[in-house]
Amino acid sequence: MDLTATTTIRKPASEVYAFWRDLRNLPAFMAHLEQVRTTGDRTSHWVAAAPFGKDVEWDAEIIDETPAEKVAWRSTGDADVPNAGTVQFVPAPDGVSTEVYVSLVYEIPGGAVGKAVAKYFGEEPHQQLDDDLRRLKQVLETGEVVRSDGAPWGKRARKEFPQRPAQPLSDAELEKGADA
Amino acid sequence: MRANTWAGRNKVEVRDVPDPKILNSRDAIVRITSTAICGSDLHLVDGYVPTMQDGDVMGHEFMGEVIEVGSGVPGDKLRVGDRVVVPFPIACGACAACAAELYSCCENTNPNAGIAEKMFGHPVAGIFGYSHLTGGFAGGQAQYARVPFADVGPLKIESDLTDEQVLFLSDILPTGYMGADMCDIQPSDVVAVWGAGPVGQFAMDSARLLGAAKVIAIDKEPYRLRMAEQAGHTPVNFDDVDVRSTLLELTGGRGPDKCIDAVGLEATHGSAHIAAYDRVKQAVRAETDRPHALRQAILSCRSGGVVSVIGVYGGLLDKFPAGAWMNRSLTLRTGQCHVQRYMKPLLQRIERGELDPARIITHTLPLDEAERGFDIFKNKQDNCEKVVLKP
Repeated sequence: MDLTATTTIRKPASEVYAFWRDLRNLPAFMAHLEQVRTTGDRTSHWVAAAPFGKDVEWDAEIIDETPAEKVAWRSTGDADVPNAGTVQFVPAPDGVSTEVYVSLVYEIPGGAVGKAVAKYFGEEPHQQLDDDLRRLKQVLETGEVVRSDGAPWGKRARKEFPQRPAQPLSDAELEKGADA
Repeated sequence: MRANTWAGRNKVEVRDVPDPKILNSRDAIVRITSTAICGSDLHLVDGYVPTMQDGDVMGHEFMGEVIEVGSGVPGDKLRVGDRVVVPFPIACGACAACAAELYSCCENTNPNAGIAEKMFGHPVAGIFGYSHLTGGFAGGQAQYARVPFADVGPLKIESDLTDEQVLFLSDILPTGYMGADMCDIQPSDVVAVWGAGPVGQFAMDSARLLGAAKVIAIDKEPYRLRMAEQAGHTPVNFDDVDVRSTLLELTGGRGPDKCIDAVGLEATHGSAHIAAYDRVKQAVRAETDRPHALRQAILSCRSGGVVSVIGVYGGLLDKFPAGAWMNRSLTLRTGQCHVQRYMKPLLQRIERGELDPARIITHTLPLDEAERGFDIFKNKQDNCEKVVLKP
């Protein structure tokens, strides 16, 4: 499965690049990622969250990078869901902002994991990546993922409609968090 | 706390709901001292907005006292104890739209942007108490409200002006003013305003303030036209006369130079274009007392004039007079109000006595009587122009 998405962020390319290049930042805005750990200069270990299939983890390496312009990576070894990605950072015509172009490739396997991945992406796989980039923009432009009463859990707001009502959360709901 | 909630079509209910808490670091919690019912709240209650849910806290016109601020709110921007008016669009202050002062088109404050994008082509800002399409934010017809990006939106009131004098800076005064502002008013201009509700009244006052030679109020409710007349505007009752010919008579046959639509169509969109079309038609039927405001404005406006739209539209429009618009060089301007752009200058105008926003208040009720407030406002009972609620 090939996915592409793009957004424009009102920050210089060097800053957007630096944020992305620190792969540990990716789970802050990519809904399916639980954790990314760096294991070397160019190597990392990725953990996908439950909706993506149970215990999906893989190692990855950066295969191409140009500061302020581009990062490309791919999974290595025996990944359950072999995948690769490229992100390019292009100065926007306004002289202030950066156009971010993301391209992801997943090799969806058969079996339970493949089904879970397919279910996660659903009928509109591009929507997930679009929403990821919206959150990237929020984080870089405003400092964090924006929460509302209807969608209080940031990137965990998977279910769109119906949402919880637009009224303040109870203490019990807050305590339970996104899993409530 | 007590809060007025949407309880299904044609029903609001004041209920007990949890107190709001800080969810983002730039949030503040405001104890609300005054809040109001807006004409656009009626669209929600009338059931024309598909993403309302039972229990949604309503209200986007409110003010009060800051009782808590998040760790990301700088002390020089906002502190506990500050008295603030809160603008209805939630704006981040950092995106390209905010940088261009297009606050109601903020690119970051709507967590449901993906849905809004499907409806409108591009997303719009989050709005308090105004459906999940605009983010699912609890509104301000309540005792307390969580205000995101509290370092960007809320306007501090440091003078001793009453709540009634400044409350409408949250929405309807800037909305009316933007209607006039978009008209690029010249001293020779005659400005006609469709709708003498609260927003229309403020559009008229603003048009005069910006130097219009004459301001005409078009409505059918005698009490609303009287209110406009008392403020110095020329009333036209569309129940009694033909609007276009009356406007020609009032302008030496030229037609108004600038026309403001402060009526709108009580419609929004479903998930499909056909549903949107149906909802628009449904709304037109429901508002047979004010048909064709935008069409009439376009057909009445003099060639080369401006038609400024501040009435709310949600979906698709049937029978738009594109021929009149195109062949007579009309300019159509519109937008949900960029409230943050106008709050400070309008506060100064209130302080200087150039605007008297309190003139439109006809009813003040306790929050617990919100249901009655909606009822009399919607049905135009008891000469109701504007309802202020006190939590």
